[in-house]
Amino acid sequence: MKKFLALLLTLVMALSLAACGGSDEESTDSSAEDPAATEESGGSAADVKIGLICVHDINSGYDAAHIEGLTAACEELGIDANSQVIFRYNIAEDENCYDAAVDLAEEGCNIIFSDSYGHQSYMLDAAEDYPDVTFVSCTGDMAASSGLDNYKNLFPYTYESRYVSGVVAGMKLKELMDAGTVTDPKVGYVGAYPYAEVVCGYTAFLLGIQTQVPEAYMEVQYTNSWYDPVAEGEAANALMARGCVIIGQHADSTGAPSAVQAQKDAGSVVYSVGYNIDMLEVAPTAALTSSQNNWSVLYRDTLEKFIAGEEVPVDYAVGITEDAVMISDLGPECAEGTQEAVDAAWAGLRDGSLKVFDTSTFTCQPAADGSYQVDADGHVTSAFGLDSDGDFVNDTGEAIVDGAFQESVLRSAPYFSLRIDGITELNNN
Amino acid sequence: MTQGKTHREPLLRIAKRDGIARPKAWAIRIIAVLLSLVVSGIFIFAVTKLNPIQVYEGIFDGAFGTPRRSWVTVRDAMMLLCIGVGLAPAFKMRFWNIGAEGQILIGGIVTAGFMRAFGGDISTPLLLVIMAVVSLLAGAAWGMVPATFKAVWNTNETLFTLMMNYVAIQLTSYFVALWENPVGSNTVGVINQRTKDGWFPELFGQEYGLNVVLVLLLTVGMFLYLKYSKQGYEISVVGDSENTARYAGINVKKVTIRTMAISGAICGLAGFIAVAGASHTISTSTAGGRGFTAIIVAWLAQFNTFVMILISFLLVFLQKGAIQIASQFNLNDYASNIITGIILFFILGSEFFINYRIILRGGKEGAK
Repeated sequence: MKKFLALLLTLVMALSLAACGGSDEESTDSSAEDPAATEESGGSAADVKIGLICVHDINSGYDAAHIEGLTAACEELGIDANSQVIFRYNIAEDENCYDAAVDLAEEGCNIIFSDSYGHQSYMLDAAEDYPDVTFVSCTGDMAASSGLDNYKNLFPYTYESRYVSGVVAGMKLKELMDAGTVTDPKVGYVGAYPYAEVVCGYTAFLLGIQTQVPEAYMEVQYTNSWYDPVAEGEAANALMARGCVIIGQHADSTGAPSAVQAQKDAGSVVYSVGYNIDMLEVAPTAALTSSQNNWSVLYRDTLEKFIAGEEVPVDYAVGITEDAVMISDLGPECAEGTQEAVDAAWAGLRDGSLKVFDTSTFTCQPAADGSYQVDADGHVTSAFGLDSDGDFVNDTGEAIVDGAFQESVLRSAPYFSLRIDGITELNNN
Repeated sequence: MTQGKTHREPLLRIAKRDGIARPKAWAIRIIAVLLSLVVSGIFIFAVTKLNPIQVYEGIFDGAFGTPRRSWVTVRDAMMLLCIGVGLAPAFKMRFWNIGAEGQILIGGIVTAGFMRAFGGDISTPLLLVIMAVVSLLAGAAWGMVPATFKAVWNTNETLFTLMMNYVAIQLTSYFVALWENPVGSNTVGVINQRTKDGWFPELFGQEYGLNVVLVLLLTVGMFLYLKYSKQGYEISVVGDSENTARYAGINVKKVTIRTMAISGAICGLAGFIAVAGASHTISTSTAGGRGFTAIIVAWLAQFNTFVMILISFLLVFLQKGAIQIASQFNLNDYASNIITGIILFFILGSEFFINYRIILRGGKEGAK
């Protein structure tokens, strides 16, 4: 009997293994049997084979944007996405990424992209092993310092779209305050991790809001995950309980907008600004807009150079001037005149008359570590460009040029990590 | 109710086998594998209309399609085998060590810590020896905690070892946050990426050569230890009956604690191999559920470490194959998991037919 029980236990465990094991990797290519079938575009577009490593799958808005972006870029360039692209989904930011990258190289891919920040050191490992294959770590920041000529980074000026989505939120906040519905201009933000990419994003978001409501201030709640619908929903609830009226997010699920919609349906005055995808489906009245990246522009430009045999830039970052960023359709409850304000902001960013991180628009407390200098009013006068090793010694470049912080210029990945006045991080370690 | 019916035999009777010849046992297992392939073939065809033979080729391709894939399969099988070898003495003692996951993580944490702290200061061969020793000690200490509680206060070791996993996972999260690179990213990144200090060197020109050698040495060592040493005998006596052991003058407490120290130490060493020999990083997914999968390896092999080699390879083969067919045939990954599930179900089920026999009414044994 004991043995039978043991056997039963083993069976149960094996079945649960079968249920959960091995599900962390999936992909849907259809290994090219006949690359010649799509040769009509001619030239070397038919020779290229692309790998894309995604941290999650199409259910995550961020990964969906990458998948759609690469597919669209391929279509434009005459690359057959079915036979010439291999997608690998749900590759965690750990050694699995190295295995996936190496396997793609062995499958014959000559350019391999990864979409998440934490993939980069494993991509770098693989780039060392396969010098003939180009590895592009999207959102990564190690390319310039790696010294490898087959290892690249790219990133859109996401802060521009966050700024403009902030303008949308600011218009709504102003309307609510003018009507007397809201008296405390408190904004909440669901952030993933407390580092530059996220800091830069929420700062741009608040600066956008402050163009409409200068006294607006923000609280940030981190989830320590890029994609965690439950944690994002809980963070949004916590922020709303603290009195936040607008909930922005730098996290990849629909958790926060769904929570905001539920709260709004229960009678509160709350609105959501999403990221990556249009949130109107999950938050039909609460969603104002979402800041979005148009990855297809970056993929197209990179692949175009790659196919033509030109050098792929080590760091590639573009914004609204190349249409690499955008915001989604405005929600039904956006304030009147929002579209005009949005158009004006885009126009200003396009012609350079408007700078997101204009140092006259924000103040900081004096730095304890010497990484930046402020004047008597708290305006930043000088800041480290890149201090990637975290030793508080500036590695390259001055970040403040012409009275504005130069984001994504010294390298493609964001490095704005100043903590400006008016933003409180609720749970930064 | 007539008189006759009360005496009627049931249609099926299940009886324990007294023993089974080894070739017969293996014949049953092979039949089970073949049957499982037929059943999953039917499943594949019914759901996807794909040729099952092609799908099986895809599975093989995923595990052994390229030399690189073969080595990844070998590496992962060795990892699973190492943990299985670590679990064997504990399970043979009927000590339900569900805590391999935690013991691996603890071994991994100290390895990563030493790698970060001393990489470059100490030459890699010496550093590897030091990391191996500290990971053995850390794993042993982690395993001895529940063993001591069991030996002294008779606590439930299944729950205790299981809970220790969560402590280890939280500790790992803590150290990941402490060592994160860059700050705020919540990952440690590749440790000593440039210098490769404290990484396993290539052996016989193979990146994972040392992993194989280490684990195979452990496998042979554990086989000899369990089968021929006095301590190995004590383990099996304690496992069969604690009272018998006590009567025979075996110090059960001592054997329990010592055996779990060994079990934990080998699992800790598995953490060392995972960090220094494969991933070169530490995260909560370093153990990746293998501490649990290895329980199946140990049980299916009946604690025979050589059979474990086979089982580890089979499980890793199925897993790699599942990934490949999902990729190649555009199958949803649940489909490939179902296939893996079917095959495992049959293999586990075959153990039933090895241990028991079914007697049909009217069969030649029916009259007895």
